Amino acid sequence: MDEAGNPGRETHQKEPLAAFSGGGNLGDQVFRVLTAFFAALAVLVLAAMALQMFRAALPSLKQFGWKFLSSTDWDPVLDSYGALPYIFGTVASSILALLVALPVALGTAIYLAELAPLWVRRPLGILVELLAAIPSVIYGLWGIFVMSPWLRDSVQPLLQKIFGWTPFFKGVPRGFGMMAGCLVLAIMILPTIASVSRDVLLAVPNSIREGALALGATRWEMVRKAVLPCAKNGILGAVILGLGRALGETMAVTMVIGNRPDISWSLFSPGHSLASVIANEYAEASGDLYLSALTELGLILFGVTLLLNILARVLIWRVARGPAGARN
Amino acid sequence: MPGYFRRKTFDILARWGSLAMVMVALVPLVAVLGYLTYKGIGGISWAFFTQLPKPVGETGGGMANALSGSAILVGLAGLIGLPVGLLGAIYLAEYGDNAFGKGVRFCTDVMAGIPSITVGIFVYGLVVLRMRRFSALAGAVTLAILMLPIVMRTTEELLRLVPVTLREAGLALGLPKWRVILGVVLRTGASGIATGVMLAIARVAGETAPLLFTAFGSRFISLKLDQPMGSLPVQIYTYAVSPYEDWHRQAWAAALVLVLLVLALNLLARVITRQPGSGR
Amino acid sequence: MSTAASNFSIQTRDVNLWYGDFQALKNVSVNINQGEVTALIGPSGCGKTTLLRCFNRINERYGNVKTTGEIRILGKNAYDPDVSLIELRKAVGMVFQRPNPLPISVYENVVFGLRVHSARSSLKKSLLDEAVEKSLQEVSLWDDLKDRLHVRATTLQLEQQQKLCIARLLPLKPEVILMDEPCSALDVEATLAVEDLMLALAGTYTILIVTHNMAQARRVSRECAFMLLGEVVEVNRTQDLFLTPRDSRTADYIEGRYG
Repeated sequence: MDEAGNPGRETHQKEPLAAFSGGGNLGDQVFRVLTAFFAALAVLVLAAMALQMFRAALPSLKQFGWKFLSSTDWDPVLDSYGALPYIFGTVASSILALLVALPVALGTAIYLAELAPLWVRRPLGILVELLAAIPSVIYGLWGIFVMSPWLRDSVQPLLQKIFGWTPFFKGVPRGFGMMAGCLVLAIMILPTIASVSRDVLLAVPNSIREGALALGATRWEMVRKAVLPCAKNGILGAVILGLGRALGETMAVTMVIGNRPDISWSLFSPGHSLASVIANEYAEASGDLYLSALTELGLILFGVTLLLNILARVLIWRVARGPAGARN
Repeated sequence: MPGYFRRKTFDILARWGSLAMVMVALVPLVAVLGYLTYKGIGGISWAFFTQLPKPVGETGGGMANALSGSAILVGLAGLIGLPVGLLGAIYLAEYGDNAFGKGVRFCTDVMAGIPSITVGIFVYGLVVLRMRRFSALAGAVTLAILMLPIVMRTTEELLRLVPVTLREAGLALGLPKWRVILGVVLRTGASGIATGVMLAIARVAGETAPLLFTAFGSRFISLKLDQPMGSLPVQIYTYAVSPYEDWHRQAWAAALVLVLLVLALNLLARVITRQPGSGR
Repeated sequence: MSTAASNFSIQTRDVNLWYGDFQALKNVSVNINQGEVTALIGPSGCGKTTLLRCFNRINERYGNVKTTGEIRILGKNAYDPDVSLIELRKAVGMVFQRPNPLPISVYENVVFGLRVHSARSSLKKSLLDEAVEKSLQEVSLWDDLKDRLHVRATTLQLEQQQKLCIARLLPLKPEVILMDEPCSALDVEATLAVEDLMLALAGTYTILIVTHNMAQARRVSRECAFMLLGEVVEVNRTQDLFLTPRDSRTADYIEGRYG
């Protein structure tokens, strides 16, 4: 079974010795099957999640069909549900967050992997990763009491003064709303994109860098013309990974986005998202169809993030092979 | 030399530009940590750690319920999730260079990106609906599932750093492979395992969304696993969105405690082992 | 030595180099003849690659490198503070152990150097086309690749990749080409082909090659330098060095007592 692997590790116990090793060999078999079982459990959980959520969402799927995606009703009293405002809020806030986070994250990744002096790479890298370690609810807390008031009092009036004529900055500056949601999301996905991109860049073989440098390229030319072309698919993967994280992010968003299922062009108006409506209403959902509709929202979220993550991983794995062993 | 000056300028611009991006990226870190300390430090007191929440309207009280609840939830999640994750990681590191191993690895990578709230929905159907009530057990199962991909992948990567020569030394002594793994690989890789465990705990200790409808919350210290249980992050959320000044103060204090815990675990995990992939 | 001082492409005096605390080069003083192939030989870890990488200062990629002494390339000390790394590397090309074409087309690989080194307006398509044809012809790849100029360079056979790595240096009109075990990733036939290419290019360019393979050094080089533990032990005409080594350590190495 291990032909693909490291031959040096396995050769010791192939056939010729089997006659001598007796019990040990049985122990190996047992141990191997045991650990394989637990490894498989991870896959089973993922499959069970898909299955269970699909089953729980079935009543809603049957009742509303495709209309669920395009309807803007969300009325527990009349038992009529549609997901459009939530899908809109999720997609809009995530894409805006991506636009905000992307330049910063790429700049960070390039600096950390290519341009920084060697001695600052590790400490700065750890700081960026710590940004990812701070729990979502903390960003939410900070968003409520620090960021939103700041947006309301300083940023939004200014934006309105300058860009008030566009549809994006209309309405009363409230602080809470789409803009706060997408900013807090941007902060949260930034370290994901930055650190995965950095790892992808580091996986580009050194010989590529030296080849470019030896031709007299500057460091920046080396990055732009030799390293980035090698890494571009992996970086795309990192971006998709960040997008997936933004779509599913819950607490920080629900705490600042305003939680009203409106569809509006204005960044100042409140919005809602798939994850935040689930967080807000799941515990109190009375009625089977209500719960089922909420589960269907979860299923949509699950399906989309699953696909995005599969895509992202395929892209990243092609550049930077996942397991360390396969790299040698 | 044509364009030499221009090229040099671009090079320098790129360096400073990307450094500026790093600084921008770190602004939120500094801002969040700064505000947490500034607003949270005042709320931390003996009562905060030892007392139960006071009824609405009365000031004072503490978060003993949430602290104990978080400890129980995370501990129980560890009991369920860590053995599965560690054994799975051993498989991936030691036997996993085949199609099955690749598949598992891929699934765990994908699983790490699935929103935690959907895991909550899964466990709601699996545990909460069957038991007909929110429970600590459901919360712990949720956290255990969330731990799984982190423990598996981190531990695997770090076990792979144990040199092949050590394994071969064990095998050459006539030990069967499983004894080599348990005796040599795990002992040498102990720091790697500790790292994986700590990162996983740090990750789930701050998890909020799925707990809202699995463990729910409780204002009392309880040891009953079939009853709702409070937790630090959920209480921070509840207090933060409440209209009461005193609760806000406590939310900041709780947030400070939580962040210190999570960051300490993260830093410790990095001190113990160099993370694979960070720097050369 | 018969050549006059002005005919040296590279002259080093008392070059010392440390990686952190480890001294990799000790008082290296050698002269490299212009327009000839010179080989650097010696057991692994003797510093020959390090020395080679001093000549275009690509060693400096690693933060903890300290170099002292003087390396004159075409009469100019490469370690003077006013030296531009860009211009230095333009004049001193390098070929690596493993072929490392950039992950772009064959055509773009060849003109990469031109593109980074010249203003965009001065690069007419005809000029680039001409440079590509000329360079590929010089490395005898033109006939093989003229219809495949736009395939990704990383899809070529290793031999073609390595020749391409040589070809992409040529539009910059380098004075010196450094080769770091350029054949170690290639099979026998490809090795011979690349060696032929070296012989053909000698005369136009000064070629400095690091090799493990003593037979290869004998086949391609006019002069040969033997290094051991960071020092240059002996430099001589290749055939003299192999037939009548002056230093007993050289003799030991050639006879295979170590390395």
